Amino acid sequence: MDAFLHQVLAGLATGGIYASLALALVMIYQATHLVNFAQGEMAMFATYFAWSLINAGMPYWPAFLLTVAFAFVLGVVIERVIIRPVENAPVLAVVVVFIALLVILNSVTGWIFTYTIKPFPSPFPPEPIFGKYITSHDGGAIGVTLVVLLLLYLFFRYTPLGLAMRAAAQNPDSARLVGIRVGWMLALGWGLAAAIGGVAGMMVAPIVYLDPNMMGGVLLYAFAAALVGGIDNPAGAVFGGFLVGVLENVLGAFVIGNELKLAVALVLIIGVLVVRPSGFFGKVLVTRV
Amino acid sequence: MAAFLQVAGLHAAYGPTRVLHGIDFAMDEGTITTLLGANGAGKTTTLRALCGMVKTQGEVKFAGERIDGKATESIVRKGIAHVPDGRGTFVDLTTEENLRLGAYTRKDRDAVETDLQRVYGYFPRLKERREQQAGTLSGGEQQMLAVSRALMLRPRLMLLDEPSFGLAPLIVQELFAILRAVNEKEQVSMLVVEQNAAMALDLADHAYLIETGRVVLSGTSGEIKQNDAVRRSYLGY
Repeated sequence: MDAFLHQVLAGLATGGIYASLALALVMIYQATHLVNFAQGEMAMFATYFAWSLINAGMPYWPAFLLTVAFAFVLGVVIERVIIRPVENAPVLAVVVVFIALLVILNSVTGWIFTYTIKPFPSPFPPEPIFGKYITSHDGGAIGVTLVVLLLLYLFFRYTPLGLAMRAAAQNPDSARLVGIRVGWMLALGWGLAAAIGGVAGMMVAPIVYLDPNMMGGVLLYAFAAALVGGIDNPAGAVFGGFLVGVLENVLGAFVIGNELKLAVALVLIIGVLVVRPSGFFGKVLVTRV
Repeated sequence: MAAFLQVAGLHAAYGPTRVLHGIDFAMDEGTITTLLGANGAGKTTTLRALCGMVKTQGEVKFAGERIDGKATESIVRKGIAHVPDGRGTFVDLTTEENLRLGAYTRKDRDAVETDLQRVYGYFPRLKERREQQAGTLSGGEQQMLAVSRALMLRPRLMLLDEPSFGLAPLIVQELFAILRAVNEKEQVSMLVVEQNAAMALDLADHAYLIETGRVVLSGTSGEIKQNDAVRRSYLGY
């Protein structure tokens, strides 16, 4: 029983990270109806930025905040410089751009920092502070995730800018007609998504260690999470993230073994697409003909 | 004195399909002007062209300033509110969020609250449904919402595309009475495109008749009502 509880709680910790990244995917999806395959590599790149700052002697939390800001700017710049020109291109062209971005970020990081696996510090102490069932880092990561989610909720629900971003994603034409600068709202969305990804990267790096390929598996889980919850539903994506995290951990520990863990994500993705393509909370899209 | 809104030689096209072939018209501040014409004449396109939603050639001057070629959101910020064809509801947002978006560009927070209560006064139905998802409102309610959202901008000029569309006759009369009141009390100029030519002519001071992308007739509403061709084709008597 103890071991089971331990696995569930550890699953919630990684689940929170999947939830954050899934939320980033959903945010971009809502605005563009495309899945940003480079979301994980953007997070990875931001995490390397954090590592450089910490390595240069900066204390953890200032480096954390600076990294979030850096990721935000990175997201805005990527949208403005790379995504904007292909705004009206066919879907496949945009997908290729996303994949190119993935490959470029991955190799540039490998080129700058080498592919050697590096340890990444956790801001939380090594001795357990949340009781015996959960490590400090796992507990802390859950806390950080919940704070991020709460801040996002408050931002989108209660600020005029959050409202404008929702409006721009939902109905760009009408948004322009009330004077919203839709292009900038999209760029802000990319910035926010990248910032969330940066937090996820810094929270997952102490667990999976820092290397240019660290987000590959995480992105797959996040994608499964977003699909389970419904790719157009932020709350669903968060729920999906926690669910995938727990499932992955519990199944990995007791049923299928660690080697097949990633298969859980793939089975979930295929299962959801076959049985319920809109996810648990997604809107079923009906087109009138 | 230059006109409040001056349109000269306005051309517009959707891809290779040309819709407007040089529209000319003008309107004075504080007046209501209507564009009449059959389906496909280019009325909706004219409104869309005025606020930069389609690519255009020609000159549009608003309050003495060229606005052709500007981005839609910049034109809106000059005080032009468009009640679009199809209502443009933000379906996943609540009624009140829709209305607040109408005032998105305004900085006078207190006046926005007053205006919110004012449009609720005009349309009590919207107040009842303020927390409801706007996509679940009936067609008529969404039309009221579209007009209200435009009013929340405190516009100098309102472009109304088929404001009576989908409304019960009684509600249409109510809506037109409200538009008239807004025009008289607040000096909001209006450019109205309407299927219901009789109602539009009753509301408007001036009218232009558009046929296949050109203005073919213009005058005061009284003159246009007397015109035999208009009477037969658009008023049906």
